[in-house]
Amino acid sequence: MLRVWLLLLGAAGCGCALAQAPLPLKAGSEFQPPAIRTLQADEFANPAMLWVSQGEQLWTAPRGAAKKSCADCHGAAEKSMKGVATRYPRFAPQSGRVLNLEGQINICSVERQLAPPLEYESDPLLALTAWVAHQSRGMPLAVHIDDDLRATFDAGRRLYNQRMGQLNLACRHCHQLNWGKQLLTDTVSQGHGSGYPAYRFEWQKIGSLQRRLRACYFGVRAEMPEYGSPDLLALELYLAWRANGLAIEAPGVRK
Amino acid sequence: MANARLSVQDKATRGEVVPVRLAILHAMETGFRRDIDGRAITRNVIRFVACRYAGREVWRADLSSGISANPYFEFFFRADMSGELELTWEDDSMEKGLIRARIEVAG
Repeated sequence: MLRVWLLLLGAAGCGCALAQAPLPLKAGSEFQPPAIRTLQADEFANPAMLWVSQGEQLWTAPRGAAKKSCADCHGAAEKSMKGVATRYPRFAPQSGRVLNLEGQINICSVERQLAPPLEYESDPLLALTAWVAHQSRGMPLAVHIDDDLRATFDAGRRLYNQRMGQLNLACRHCHQLNWGKQLLTDTVSQGHGSGYPAYRFEWQKIGSLQRRLRACYFGVRAEMPEYGSPDLLALELYLAWRANGLAIEAPGVRK
Repeated sequence: MANARLSVQDKATRGEVVPVRLAILHAMETGFRRDIDGRAITRNVIRFVACRYAGREVWRADLSSGISANPYFEFFFRADMSGELELTWEDDSMEKGLIRARIEVAG
């Protein structure tokens, strides 16, 4: 049984690999009410910009035993970080790992600043991630899956298509097959992460894509993976690839 | 680390009505919520936000638990002389906030 299923998945995997992005690609904000879209587009009133401002200050603040700031190596983020977020998650040859933006910031924190890593979902890490991602606002996602990323990518695709939780739903059942339909007061989105980190009114603050993914796990009543776990990272990579070509809208605003 | 954003033009003509926009990063904890162990979470909301311009108060807001987290304000004042715009606020834990901008008035 399992072998037949694997065979089928293998066959489907080759044929449908490229068909696994919804057409036309629609950003998360397009499924939000007009007031939320207006708020996201307003560079001042967008509440997530409070964290972007904090990130801007952290960028130039020396940290750790090396007493180095991000700017000491990278210079002005407006220039050096432009377009960077479009290429994440990516494979980092030096550490031999797949890293999302948060992971890369923490590698810098530990190896360059000689400081303890910033805690996942803490305000400083969210602020720096939002500040870096904001520099790529409007630029299309361009994640390239090479041999180093292949295993993580395949794991992400598997998770995306795998039923889970008491509701026994896979990501694709909502975000691939039923996007645009109504789910109580929400319109089901295509499930792209291009707006994250995003301010979510439900959270009353900004949150990472992994927090949003955990909320989906919770929604289908499945066990939530830990922050920074390989599962969430693999999903992030698969989602980024699936959204290739979609403009980054970080920091987004969501209900 | 600054926890607010202020947007106001830096130049104005005498008598011009100038818009001010202010966003404050604050949880605005209502005091009605309980934590995961059932203990009440202490209320901590911003009590007031005041705006002084060239030494006198031109705008003030008294806030309560009905105001959302990370509140956003927009108001107007008439610029009749050059001076410092100074916004201050204070929450239930007596933490104070301050953000300033200078406005040059010509004519």
